Amino acid sequence: MESGFLEVPEEMSDETITVYKHMKDLPSSRLLGAGTPMCAGCGGLLAIHQIYDILGEKTVFVNAAGCMTLLTVYPHTPFRGSWLYTAMASAPAGAQGVRDALDVQLARGRIKADEDLQVVVLTGDGAAYGMGMSSTSGAIEQGLDFIYVCYDNEGYANTGQQSSPATPHGARTSTSTGAQGFGGYKKDLFAIWAAHRPAYVATVIGTEPVDLARKIEKAKGLKGPRLIIALSPCPTGWDFDPRETVEIGHLAVKTGIWPLKEYENGKVTHTRPPSRRAPVEEYLEKQGRFAHLFHPRRNEALLAEIQARVDDYWAGVEESHLT
Amino acid sequence: MTRTLITGNAAAAWGARLAGAEYVPAFPITPQTEIIETLAGWIDAGEMDCRLVTLESEHSMITAAGAAASTGVRVFSATSSQGLLYAMEMIYAVPGYRAPFVLVNVSRGVQTPVTLEPDHNDVLAARDSGFLQLHCATCQEVLDSILIAYRLAEDHRVRLPALVNLDGFYLSFTREPVEIPDPAAAGRFLPPYDPESTRFHAGEPVSQGVAVLGGAYYSYFRYQQHLAAQRALAVYDEVAAEFAQQFGRRYDAVEAYRSEDAEIVFFMIGSFSTKAKDAVDRLREAGQAVGLVRPRLLRPFPAEALRRALEGKKGVAVIDQNLSMGMGGVLHGELAAALYGRAGMPPVLASFIGGLGGRDIAAEEFCEMAAVTRRACTEGSTPPPRLLYTADELRQMRKLQTVAHAERMEGKTT
Repeated sequence: MESGFLEVPEEMSDETITVYKHMKDLPSSRLLGAGTPMCAGCGGLLAIHQIYDILGEKTVFVNAAGCMTLLTVYPHTPFRGSWLYTAMASAPAGAQGVRDALDVQLARGRIKADEDLQVVVLTGDGAAYGMGMSSTSGAIEQGLDFIYVCYDNEGYANTGQQSSPATPHGARTSTSTGAQGFGGYKKDLFAIWAAHRPAYVATVIGTEPVDLARKIEKAKGLKGPRLIIALSPCPTGWDFDPRETVEIGHLAVKTGIWPLKEYENGKVTHTRPPSRRAPVEEYLEKQGRFAHLFHPRRNEALLAEIQARVDDYWAGVEESHLT
Repeated sequence: MTRTLITGNAAAAWGARLAGAEYVPAFPITPQTEIIETLAGWIDAGEMDCRLVTLESEHSMITAAGAAASTGVRVFSATSSQGLLYAMEMIYAVPGYRAPFVLVNVSRGVQTPVTLEPDHNDVLAARDSGFLQLHCATCQEVLDSILIAYRLAEDHRVRLPALVNLDGFYLSFTREPVEIPDPAAAGRFLPPYDPESTRFHAGEPVSQGVAVLGGAYYSYFRYQQHLAAQRALAVYDEVAAEFAQQFGRRYDAVEAYRSEDAEIVFFMIGSFSTKAKDAVDRLREAGQAVGLVRPRLLRPFPAEALRRALEGKKGVAVIDQNLSMGMGGVLHGELAAALYGRAGMPPVLASFIGGLGGRDIAAEEFCEMAAVTRRACTEGSTPPPRLLYTADELRQMRKLQTVAHAERMEGKTT
């Protein structure tokens, strides 16, 4: 194990046989083309690069309105496989139509098994946590055989980082500019998705590539609804220098703000529980969206509240492992 | 010829079955639901080889329809009213995929207030979406139009989705004798769907629904859709002629009933046009030269055929079963745009709004509309738009208002 992380207890061990044990095992293919219009340091693109290397080109990405919609602008696409843009609310329904139509043609022998595609929904948090929740719920309920990748940059980033249902408490956004920042609380999408009892749910982050690779590898090998939330540090929306993306991603995990975990067969497993959690301040102070918590004077109450919520979360995790 | 007594909804389901629809994304809504129930029943009984999936909304349903059509299968779906409006974002989006399918709309008035009964504001909201629109007047026409719509939509020169409209209740739940074509004959008329290059499968990547940066690129693609819809006019004539040859039933883009020598014509769409035909017969018996002109095809708009049908008439009574608030009847404006500034066109286009929310149009009202239009021709001035509404209906409305008022007052005193 890398230092800074607890030894994974026996009952939490990853039982799948993985080819991704170390950084050197990761694919070096870089399937996704360069030259996209994403912002420098985009944490979402970082995750998508890694995910695409593992899923490969026999895929159709079904997209909802968001930053990544601009990946494919006529006449260019960075994908080697296919792409379907739908609308903000209904990418999972688009995936349903594509999957069903592929199945119909497979059953009738109009396409061969090796022409089949993995259907991958790609949306931001605005669609996943909010407008697209109804269609996602419907697709999971149908048992749809698809992978959902949500790049979660914690706001309506493509329109200038307005608050979304994924925005964390206290963050400044372009619609929460007061002294306390965003008054709401980040919705627990992992729990909402897991409550549907799909085949697989996982959180990932592009700055933990081995953990990400193992989870995408596992998702790829399963059937049914498989849903991934990738926390995506966003230099533009979170207000930090693009070179800080990796550090902020590491801190999100080390502070325990972004728990890396997976749900399978009714059980939630934390794949990278931090051994000694760093104070959340270390993560917050690097981002302009939290600057009002430190300047002109420290907002002790709000900092304490954010820390307490993270502590409570991990206390709950430890308790569930004891019982 | 054997004819079976079936509802308009059952006729729509038969249309989908005979078209060999392979995939039906569905969502229930009155008065359409019987269509998807009928299809689901056939599928469950093994009589129809098709996959039906109930999505969680009409918005998702149309998304799935466009996505499945883009993947290469023949798709059918159906909706009504609020369902069509709920799906409207995708109704405008999917034609740009250029992946054809057929959607049946069972017309029902839109809220507010809430009603289950028909008018055409729902389907006319989709007027500018890129869907082709076929409007039916009988249950037989519903079935036949679905077969025609697939041929039209899938034609290489067109490649746009098509909407087939029938009126809720008056057609959806009304049984009429319908000749159900032999499946083999239907199959000869409508061969299996050829997705051409529009399909998702490994080895030949496709990008659908992509963004463009710049108005000129956007304009190009939007105009391509417009040109395709316009080409559908000529293709419709070919397809309808072939249908007539094979099945003996003619469906011209514009139906002209006793209008050849007419001075005054009714102009309308939908099932109430059968009432207009009855009125035409009565007026003819009374010695009046009255006819009916009914466009079956609303998109593309058969402007040239309408000009031919209306040339030399004195006046047209345009009956709109819809209301564009602050403007009037939608068809009235559409027809005026097609006729204006052309030699020989009728000088008077009188506008009547009727049949909103399923309100009947009585025989005497057709006579009155003919009389008003004739008077306008004599006087040489177009009358203001009129809402068909009787004094008795207003009395009934006043009664309800009195009850509502009394109820409210009672609540205040207790």
